[in-house]
Amino acid sequence: MTNEELKTHLLSLIPQATFVETGEFLEIFIHSENILPLMKNLKDDEKTQFDYLFCLTCIDRISSFEVVYHLLSKNYKHILVVKSTISNIENPQTETVSHIWKTAEFHEREVYDLFGVKFINHPDLRRIFLEDDWKGFPLRKNYSDPNMIEL
Amino acid sequence: MDNLQKNITENKAVDNFDNKLSTLNLGPTHPATHGIFQNVLKMDGERIHSSEQTLGYIHRAFEKIAERRPYNQIRPLTDRLNYCSSPINNIGWDMTVEKLIGIEIPKRVDYLRVIIMELARIADHLICNSVIAVDTGALTGFTYVFQERERIYEIFEEICGARLTTNIGRIGGFERDFNETANKKLKLFLKEFPKRFKDFETLLCRNRIFMDRIINVGPISAERALNYGFTGPNLRAAGIDYDVRAMNPYSSYQDFEFKIPVGENGDTFDRFMVRQEEIKQSLSIINQAMDMMPEGPYHADVPEFYLPPKTDVYTKMEALIYHFKIIMGETKVPEGEVYFSVEGANGELGYYLISDGGRSPYRLHFRRPCFIYYQAFSEMIKGALLSDAIVTMSSMNVIAGELDA
Repeated sequence: MTNEELKTHLLSLIPQATFVETGEFLEIFIHSENILPLMKNLKDDEKTQFDYLFCLTCIDRISSFEVVYHLLSKNYKHILVVKSTISNIENPQTETVSHIWKTAEFHEREVYDLFGVKFINHPDLRRIFLEDDWKGFPLRKNYSDPNMIEL
Repeated sequence: MDNLQKNITENKAVDNFDNKLSTLNLGPTHPATHGIFQNVLKMDGERIHSSEQTLGYIHRAFEKIAERRPYNQIRPLTDRLNYCSSPINNIGWDMTVEKLIGIEIPKRVDYLRVIIMELARIADHLICNSVIAVDTGALTGFTYVFQERERIYEIFEEICGARLTTNIGRIGGFERDFNETANKKLKLFLKEFPKRFKDFETLLCRNRIFMDRIINVGPISAERALNYGFTGPNLRAAGIDYDVRAMNPYSSYQDFEFKIPVGENGDTFDRFMVRQEEIKQSLSIINQAMDMMPEGPYHADVPEFYLPPKTDVYTKMEALIYHFKIIMGETKVPEGEVYFSVEGANGELGYYLISDGGRSPYRLHFRRPCFIYYQAFSEMIKGALLSDAIVTMSSMNVIAGELDA
């Protein structure tokens, strides 16, 4: 599918989604509540077949968290970037996609470890790198540590 | 799992222990794991019932450190991801920044980069394949090819002054061209390596014991591999011809002819053979690049980002100013967001960089192939013998530095 076709297809799924096309890939911005049905559809739909999640990470936008999914279809060779915004910064949580793409399991644990975003229904959501009793989430912009020198 | 249950019930020795499972800690430091990570195995006698991985023993928070460093100083961090093939990481990072800024790179730099990256790939695959052999008990091949790896490191040393953590190149090109010694060493390597490599291959590939130890060990299907996000030789061994160099060519890879070897079953044998074949393809790419090497400058003309040579810094006012600005991270990079990936020795090594125009990245994420495919390990070794699990691990080429970042 071309970017235009993808766009019309995605708009039929989530009418309130917004798009950015200035970058290299087509980006779709959605709210985190819509993530699960959208992702299921993208993977299973014959027309899209996004069978390969090649990057999952998170960005702290201060007023919100943005979970970024990079998707590729092996057959059609099209790429889509899904950016899901979590506006609740006090207790950020979103649905897991690890049962759709198994690879998301470690990715999501990494995001939980470093950003504190909780993934609902994740099979094993624990810290992956840091110790279990680590205080705070280091990759958040407001994280501070007494040993860290201000620049 | 059903087979496993059958094995348990049929095995009287296990019955004597009332079918109780024993726990085995493989790691964090264990001679067979080649790195610092832990596997907690639940064992049924000598069979693995289930396993769990613990990571993070050498987590150095590179993504956090990168948020406080100027772009030029992030390259040394990437050295320490997959330290068996640092040049690929370095050049990948440089190309990510170049993509963000939009620098056009001279053809010669592309070709020099291809040569260095392919040398690094050869070095990485040599380690991986020889270590598979070591883990099955065949030490000789290891000593053969480590001598060859040493030659590659000598070439790196000639180019950039370092061997393992190379910090090779600059944003915009290289700090200097290949000198005469480097070219001489490279030519000698290209002449003599194929013969040595043949020796290594004949030692192992027709070796009955070695074949018995690796065929059908630790298999994974193409569909599962894709679902787990495998890339690189491990995915190709499962039968999917995905290679970033061909799919999305960077650094003039489209100029070269090379084959993408694929396996069938995704077992240790396939992974071994795919890497063997890739070494040959890399050699052919290096030969082509040497033959077609264009003339021209060894760096792009971007004084705001490319570190000037030291002789200029000491004698020219302008060079001194740029030197100071680059070192202090005062040059402006554009706002924006890029995802750039190179075909690392283990798979797709991606850099997801978000810049807000400041002196350091707003957010930098390394997509590390090791970290992603390592989660399949516990599925791949389920029900296998412990000694097979070790071979599976070394054939996946799990590198602790890349695992933890």
